[in-house]
Amino acid sequence: MKKLLLILLIVSFISCKSDKTSEEKSNEISIKSYTYETLEPLLNKDDDKTYVINFWATWCKPCVEELPAFEKINANYKDKNVEVILVSLDFPNQIETRLIPFIKEHNLKSNVILMADVDQNKWIPKISEKWSGAIPATLIYNKNSRKFYEQSFSYDLLEKELKEIFKTY
Amino acid sequence: MKTLKSILLVSVFIIATAFTIRPVADGYKIGDTATDFKLKNVDGKMVSMSDYENAKGFIVIFTCNHCPFSIAYEDRIIDLDKQYKDKGYPVIAINPNNPEISKGDDFVSMQKRAKEKGFTFPYLFDDGQKIFPQYGATRTPHVFLLNKEDKELKVAYIGAIDNNYSDATAVTEKYVEDAINALIEGEKPNPNFTKAIGCTIKK
Repeated sequence: MKKLLLILLIVSFISCKSDKTSEEKSNEISIKSYTYETLEPLLNKDDDKTYVINFWATWCKPCVEELPAFEKINANYKDKNVEVILVSLDFPNQIETRLIPFIKEHNLKSNVILMADVDQNKWIPKISEKWSGAIPATLIYNKNSRKFYEQSFSYDLLEKELKEIFKTY
Repeated sequence: MKTLKSILLVSVFIIATAFTIRPVADGYKIGDTATDFKLKNVDGKMVSMSDYENAKGFIVIFTCNHCPFSIAYEDRIIDLDKQYKDKGYPVIAINPNNPEISKGDDFVSMQKRAKEKGFTFPYLFDDGQKIFPQYGATRTPHVFLLNKEDKELKVAYIGAIDNNYSDATAVTEKYVEDAINALIEGEKPNPNFTKAIGCTIKK
């Protein structure tokens, strides 16, 4: 059983990796747009990973300032069952003009998706009752634990919180 | 034993709250009495709500120059003021940001923006950032609709202007307009609280 899991893991890892290289080769970034209905499954996975979901935007200065911390977590922990997802709240009509150039310029490696659902009052409370709607905001979860933060992170603080959530796993 | 238990519970609660990373400012809840302010307008004059003797209430909007959501709502804020000033509910806009860390939100830029857009309402600077924490504003734009009841200004609605920041023509729920219309009819706004994405107020 353990072997099978390992093989599965390796296979999925390889397939992810080859995806990435082909993406890099073509040098084209495509950003997937989400509504709350399609985003929700990403926020409620019950697999073996711990997810770090950061809500940000290119126009949000404190968000941009903390992005390197999330990128570093992604680099240091992606092989340790951690997935970083950067959920952009940029305006949907600025994907090509702002978001993609920003990703290229900052060479972002984490997965970037766009939350394009305009009916914010409907979905903000579903992500966390605590969230006022200000960004940056971050959700860290795995199948056993979930914590929401309406605040900025340094790398050390983010790693500390991640490790706390790890403990519950 | 019971007292011991409750003491324990209380201390656990205190410890838990003490270690919360950044406690969310309390601010106003619906029905609270809003305090007046005296802040500098872009025309250089000081403005207080008590200056408006005939107002039935106020649309207080924490907003700023730099935030894309604030910019997206500028025309709609002007429309709100034009539509509701004569009905007794004028707009008062307040920039809560610290201009030292929020580029483009300094007083001179505020004056420039107000002139460019032809703001029909006061655009005040929360100098020293004393007012927005009292209200509990966390982002821009953030609306606090106040209603005069027995000479006190009661908070009647908190939240977003409407339910579509990106396209004014596709709005299906005009939260602030609906709330004021309800007040004019002598009813309570429903919803009286909404959330929206906005720029964090820079401290």
